[in-house]
Amino acid sequence: MLIVDVLLAGFTLGGMYALIAMGLTLQYGVARIMNLSYGEVLVMSAFGTWFAVTRLDWNPVAVLLASLPLGYLASWLIYRVLMMPLVRRSGAGPALEVDSILATFGLLFLLQGVLLLAFGGNYYSYSYLSQPVDILGSQVAANRLVVLGFAAAIGLGLYLLLTRSRLGTAVRAVAVAPRFAPLVGIDVWRLSAIAFGIGGALVAGGGTLLSMFLPFSATMGVVFAMKALVVVIMGGVGNLLGCLVAGLMLGFAETLVARFVDPGLTLAVNFALFLLVLLLRPAGLFGRVAR
Amino acid sequence: MNTRRSFLRRSALLTASAASLAFATLAAGPAAAQAGPDKIRIGWAVAKTGPNAPGVATTVLPNYKLWVEEINAAGGIQLKSGKRVPVEVVEYDDRSSSEEAVRAIERLVTQDKVDFILPPWGTGTNLAVGPTFHKHGYPLLAATAVTDRAPDLVKRWPNAFFFLGTGHGYGEALVSYLEQERKAGKIGTKVAMMSVADGFGVDLGGAARKVVAKHGFELVYDKTYPVGTQDLSPMLNEIKALAPDVFIAFSYPPDTLGITDQAKVIGFNPKVFYTGVGTQFPLYKNKFGANVDGVMSLGGIDADDPAVQAYFRRHKEVTGQEPDRFASPIVWVSLQMLQQAIERVGVDRAAVSKELAGGTFDTILGQVKLVDRQWPKLWWVGQWQDGEFRGIAPTDRAGARPAVIPKPAWKP
Repeated sequence: MLIVDVLLAGFTLGGMYALIAMGLTLQYGVARIMNLSYGEVLVMSAFGTWFAVTRLDWNPVAVLLASLPLGYLASWLIYRVLMMPLVRRSGAGPALEVDSILATFGLLFLLQGVLLLAFGGNYYSYSYLSQPVDILGSQVAANRLVVLGFAAAIGLGLYLLLTRSRLGTAVRAVAVAPRFAPLVGIDVWRLSAIAFGIGGALVAGGGTLLSMFLPFSATMGVVFAMKALVVVIMGGVGNLLGCLVAGLMLGFAETLVARFVDPGLTLAVNFALFLLVLLLRPAGLFGRVAR
Repeated sequence: MNTRRSFLRRSALLTASAASLAFATLAAGPAAAQAGPDKIRIGWAVAKTGPNAPGVATTVLPNYKLWVEEINAAGGIQLKSGKRVPVEVVEYDDRSSSEEAVRAIERLVTQDKVDFILPPWGTGTNLAVGPTFHKHGYPLLAATAVTDRAPDLVKRWPNAFFFLGTGHGYGEALVSYLEQERKAGKIGTKVAMMSVADGFGVDLGGAARKVVAKHGFELVYDKTYPVGTQDLSPMLNEIKALAPDVFIAFSYPPDTLGITDQAKVIGFNPKVFYTGVGTQFPLYKNKFGANVDGVMSLGGIDADDPAVQAYFRRHKEVTGQEPDRFASPIVWVSLQMLQQAIERVGVDRAAVSKELAGGTFDTILGQVKLVDRQWPKLWWVGQWQDGEFRGIAPTDRAGARPAVIPKPAWKP
């Protein structure tokens, strides 16, 4: 079934892109930290999962449940300890973006060095849920479906949280007007740390999920960070639904071109789409131009 | 710059200096009076970070470490005078960049003044540093470069040696081997081919494309994909629908894993299933277990050869990891040859190059003499059989196994 094949491939690839970008959009959009070490955290989580699964005989789903709070905690700590001095110094103004880029750039090399020391430069991989699931006569790997489901659940769940709850409203206030949010009694720094932490939880979960079907190496973080950045900017910084839509758009564009035109053009189409969106909507699909 | 020298270098230095100290006390009298160096300085600049790092960590660095370890454990390289001279290592990270590799090689020559330089990993990097090796007269033992230009390059660079064959060699050998199987009635004529749009895929894909028709095959699918493509399922779904007899993917390690995984998921099981670099890695077998049986690729080993087995054992013992079944043994024989050449003619780069070009060497792959400064004994096609990646072509080579065709079905 050609149509089902293309639909499934587009959805699963797009879901993966959305998943790896959601954490970044929270960290950058709300906490205003342009986290360059994002990819390394993702890969670190993948390595942690590999270790737990192959050495300690954990079930990858159990690792996923553990990696979410661990990712939250670690990122929250990074924010409180490493980023807080920068936030204070810059008063969360535009200087924070530059400072955080420099700081997380350093963090990138530190984390990568640790991974290289611990695991060397080799590729790592294990198999989990790579059984076929039959959907309307098309086979798709179960692990990819899990990723898609997870991305959709997180995307919609967090979207509802942000638009329907008090905490979400406060977070959005911080994202839109960090300087005026304190006027209505919002503790900006506390909320930023929470957003950064939630972003970290998403990265950690994403790393665990990716390790189920993608081979990874200690130096691959930047590949994922680049992809995530494209999706984040395309979807509109700080917008989870935008992430989901932009990720799916890229996934579908790649799949359609690979199947009907030429697989050699997938990268070109990706970036053409990216440019087109930036030309028509400079702030991203769901972004607001003025802040 | 100093910070980039890794602690490996320091630990190698420590070992080397400890060894030379011990040696000096042991052999104080007559040996010390003899002329000749008291150590041999070996340099290398390889990718410890960046996209080439996995290739280096799988194929190159473990061999280099094993080589230094074995030499220094024996007290050093034994020169003609009978004196044993330990090896000292200077190491740089080329960060997977050709420019950085060239700079590091220049530095090894002019500042560190090393006696010999071991090559970086991969076709592109070896070709990039070739002129620098040539300029300074250092022998370049390119053990991980597959290039159609090897026959021309050995003419241009008199100190260059190529060990891993040409893309044309692999393409032609694969397709002519498949022709035999087709004439034996085991497979039909439909071939589907996908290749990565990068050096390796372009070279081998181009070579195979040229000869497919000549050997009576029909190419029903022939497309390339960009490096780093994370989802190859659209291509595989399309190929499966074409029901080819032969599936060929000239792929890089992450794609090789992805393609195999996806083929298993969608139940795509052609009579011949051939994937590229990575198929020969221990990782491949660890990931797919019994499902590797029947998968073909380039390279291979004669797993029953005691010399090969002994090398595998030492590799595992010293580096803690298994070697790959394609370029690892080739890297090792290039090091064996370098060591034997130094033993015969001393620390004289021109003489070592001459010896490498004309001498006969005793390696784990037998007694070998280079032909036009290129390694003559390669496994062009290999196949996983009974948990080992065995050479199947050239079919007339000792230790060649008959191929299992059709490939057994994927196990759940």
